[in-house]
Amino acid sequence: MTAAPAWETVIGLEVHCELATATKLFCGCPNAFGDEPNTNVCPVCLGLPGSLPVINRRAVELAMTVGTALRCEVRPSIFHRKNYFYPDMPKDYQVSQYDQPINVGGHLDLPDGTRIGVTRAHMEEDTGKTTHVGESGRIHGADYALVDYNRAGVPLVEIVSEPDIRSADDARAYVNELRAILVAIGASDARMEEGSLRIDANVSVRPAGSPTLGTRAEIKNLNSVRSLGRAVDYEVRRQIGLLEAGEKVVQETRHWNEDAGRTSSMRSKEEAYDYRYFPEPDLVPLEPSGEWRDAVAAGLPPLPADRRRSLAAAAGVAADDKAVATVVALGLDDLVTAAVADGADARLALNRAANEVAAAHVAASDVDASAFTAVVRMEGDGRLTSTQAKQVLAEVLAGGGDPAAIARGRGFEALGADALSGVVDQVVADHPGEWARFRAGEAKLAGFFVGQVMAATKGQADGKAVTARLRELAAGG
Amino acid sequence: MTALEIAADVRAGRRSARSVVEAHLEAIAAREPELHAFNLVLHADALGEADVIDRRVAAGDDPGPLAGVPVAVKDNLATRGIPTTCGSRILNGWRPPYDATVVIRLRAAGAVVIGKTNMDEFAMGSSTENSAFGPTRNPHDPSRVPGGSSGGSAAAVAAGFAPLALGSDTGGSIRQPAALCGVVGMKPTYGVVSRYGLVAFASSLDQIGPFAATVADAAALLEAIGGHDPLDSTSIAGPPPRVSGVLGDGVEGLRVGVVRELTGGLDPDVSARLVEAAAALAGEGAKVDEASVPSVGLGLSAYYLIATAEASSNLARYDGVRYGLRVDADDVTAMYGATRAAGFGAEVKRRIMLGTYALSAGYYDAYYGQAQRVRTLLIRDFEAAYAQFDLLLSATSPTTAFPLGAKSDDPLAMYLSDVCTIPSNLAGHPAVSVPFGTGDGGMPVGIQLYAPALGEPTLFRAAAALERSAPR
Amino acid sequence: MDTPSLTRADVVHVAVLARLALTDEEVDVFTVQLAAVLEHAADVAALDTEGVPPTAHPLPLVNVLRDDEVRPCLDRDEVLAAAPAAEGGRFKVPRILGEAP
Repeated sequence: MTAAPAWETVIGLEVHCELATATKLFCGCPNAFGDEPNTNVCPVCLGLPGSLPVINRRAVELAMTVGTALRCEVRPSIFHRKNYFYPDMPKDYQVSQYDQPINVGGHLDLPDGTRIGVTRAHMEEDTGKTTHVGESGRIHGADYALVDYNRAGVPLVEIVSEPDIRSADDARAYVNELRAILVAIGASDARMEEGSLRIDANVSVRPAGSPTLGTRAEIKNLNSVRSLGRAVDYEVRRQIGLLEAGEKVVQETRHWNEDAGRTSSMRSKEEAYDYRYFPEPDLVPLEPSGEWRDAVAAGLPPLPADRRRSLAAAAGVAADDKAVATVVALGLDDLVTAAVADGADARLALNRAANEVAAAHVAASDVDASAFTAVVRMEGDGRLTSTQAKQVLAEVLAGGGDPAAIARGRGFEALGADALSGVVDQVVADHPGEWARFRAGEAKLAGFFVGQVMAATKGQADGKAVTARLRELAAGG
Repeated sequence: MTALEIAADVRAGRRSARSVVEAHLEAIAAREPELHAFNLVLHADALGEADVIDRRVAAGDDPGPLAGVPVAVKDNLATRGIPTTCGSRILNGWRPPYDATVVIRLRAAGAVVIGKTNMDEFAMGSSTENSAFGPTRNPHDPSRVPGGSSGGSAAAVAAGFAPLALGSDTGGSIRQPAALCGVVGMKPTYGVVSRYGLVAFASSLDQIGPFAATVADAAALLEAIGGHDPLDSTSIAGPPPRVSGVLGDGVEGLRVGVVRELTGGLDPDVSARLVEAAAALAGEGAKVDEASVPSVGLGLSAYYLIATAEASSNLARYDGVRYGLRVDADDVTAMYGATRAAGFGAEVKRRIMLGTYALSAGYYDAYYGQAQRVRTLLIRDFEAAYAQFDLLLSATSPTTAFPLGAKSDDPLAMYLSDVCTIPSNLAGHPAVSVPFGTGDGGMPVGIQLYAPALGEPTLFRAAAALERSAPR
Repeated sequence: MDTPSLTRADVVHVAVLARLALTDEEVDVFTVQLAAVLEHAADVAALDTEGVPPTAHPLPLVNVLRDDEVRPCLDRDEVLAAAPAAEGGRFKVPRILGEAP
């Protein structure tokens, strides 16, 4: 195979998240998901003639919190009208922010330490929801459409990343980390399946080492983090294919088709829509005071990156340790930290939390912390083998109970050190020939002896302890 | 009878609100077919409201400072359950599911909404000839226009259909028809009266204001409707301006500046009344001199760029989806185009086009952006003028009422009639037109007083003095 | 600043942006009328406004906010009664060709 020229993937993500306020951005209608159509509407969010917007203080506070969590500068800002016609737009303009947004210039660090720049995180109102009715239920071939304005006016923050993302994996990691931050600060449920988190991806490629950006395509209709990954992979392959064939990538918007596993062209972004932005005359500027900004910063809870650092320090491992990332993502860091503080082995505690507790799919709050600590300590002491520890833990997570009692009930308690030594000594004495060969240097006979000890103890011996005793005997004579 | 006299009688039980409303309905019946001041007369509703007032008075309640007073309401103000047309076909009988804040406050003051008045479509015009429902005629001479866009409200007061009316003023749409119809019309400081429920034309310029036959009545109406509204983000904090109490204070020692740049281009009879008005104020003890507001000339163009730009966006919502007229088509975009083409009149289309162009890619800075800077220059010029003067003076309209049809073929000529009124909208300052004599042919002339932002008390003081010294 | 004069093609383009289906005659008439208005507006376009900030608002208000408290909504029947067409509690429109921008 000839080596193809190396290509670099360049990705920027635009993430819209619905803020978890009680009411909409400009009116007192409930900000709720799943209610009967057009029951959460009023003159303002329906854009009825004569209606006027009034900004929701909590939405501003959450927007500032998002910006602060993403290390942005929180600035005085104004709203602009973005003018375009579409049935889900009650006023046929969207009140958004344009060149004076509330948050600028931040960043987000992935668990592995990669820093992704955040250009801006601005406020805007959401649109209503359109359902196409017709043969296939999709736009092409539809007979008519139905519109529900319950969602119109829900407060959004649009978070725009710098084109710093270099792979589909990192794109997914960015979204997962962003989600975790948004949930940790209480700004949003950030559920893609409910539409409270929406992603558009801007994807381009360029020859590795090139300083200029390639032509990008914008991918829409990404309904899950998995789709994001698949779509990015597809689009990168498509663009590389075009460029290697001597063709050009067209700057356009493309629609991700989950079933077909491909993107298809929607319209050319070159005829950039003329939104005729101008400052929203029905609103006055936002100038959050220093006190307010300070209060927001002081009120930030520990963010996932902070929690990873704390956990890594408590466990004495590197901050980018994979188990650390998993444990924090699952909210199990307090569990592990407490176990370590109580004398449990850090590595064991991390692994059991990242693997076994994770696999049990229980909420962190439902895990019996002292039981968890007890199991990990028993494994650490050698009173339980790994296999036994996992089984005891599974039972604790499934139905609770005292680990020591569970272990005894299953006959699990590994033999105490003295009893074990006695068994090993007996087996050695029973097999003088093998013992002589082992002492002479046939190291793999250790396995033979371990097997004999296991048979004699009905599997209750800890393999490592047996091996240790064998070495002791071999050294001591 | 004035509104204040009516209210005093009704509150004291000397006269029933019902008899007041009946009398006004009779006046309407007599001349409304000729004048067409109203799109809708609320015969039954008004009598019903009057009866409620009467029951309250009988029970010993005070219904409020405007008890039993009929008020005509411009048809771009939302009235719950009552068709609100904005003088347009595109609303097609739409009944708002809510009341404008000013309407709620009117009723809270005991007033009775007697009808919805005719207007230029979406408040775009200076003659009320742009109404989709036919023009309103000037009560002083029905072959002439009443002015616009609040022509119906001005005519209603001038014809005695109601002592009070509400209008809206974006570039002079209260003051100019007030002048042409010989009544008092006033535009408050931007933000003094809530715009919630006023169908928007140009959001940063629109204000609701009072029409009345007397300055005192206009003051009472302003106090009833003004003051902070949490539903309007552009509403100034605090209570309405206190203007009724200062009406007798006179103008002794007040410095009045006649705006030099607006003395040219006036019809001779209007010019003559302006000179007399200045002299009258001087005679009352004011110090009258010449003032200069140089950017006033640029105001007209800046206004037409800003107002149409904001309007093009405000009127986008009339798309046949949620209410109003729909002209069906195969797809929604075609439906939009057909609906808006059928529903809007020519002047509205013209202004939407102009505004869209002024905001469009490549032109924003040259037009809209520049216009907003001209606005700053004008505000600075006013600040400089108000360093030397307490009030400014000019004519309200360069001409008296012109014949129907005289200007309707030439949009530019129509726009030019707003030159004296536009500057106050751009600056957000209050201004009032007070009837001051007549011109050739006996048609009314209005003289305009201007004050700085929140200068309503000074404005009304001087307006009352001007009214007292007006030629009979 | 030199502003170009308004052409017929400009008017056609703007009518599309504004979703106004104009007749050819209307386009012709508007081109003439709007060009006249814009010529008058050339004085604004040509002005030297170096260093002059724009005024978006005549008011010096900032930070007008409301509490995050639920207020009564409209009755859906009343809302849909105004609709030119409705189905199943939703507003009904002809088919939509093309996605939202």
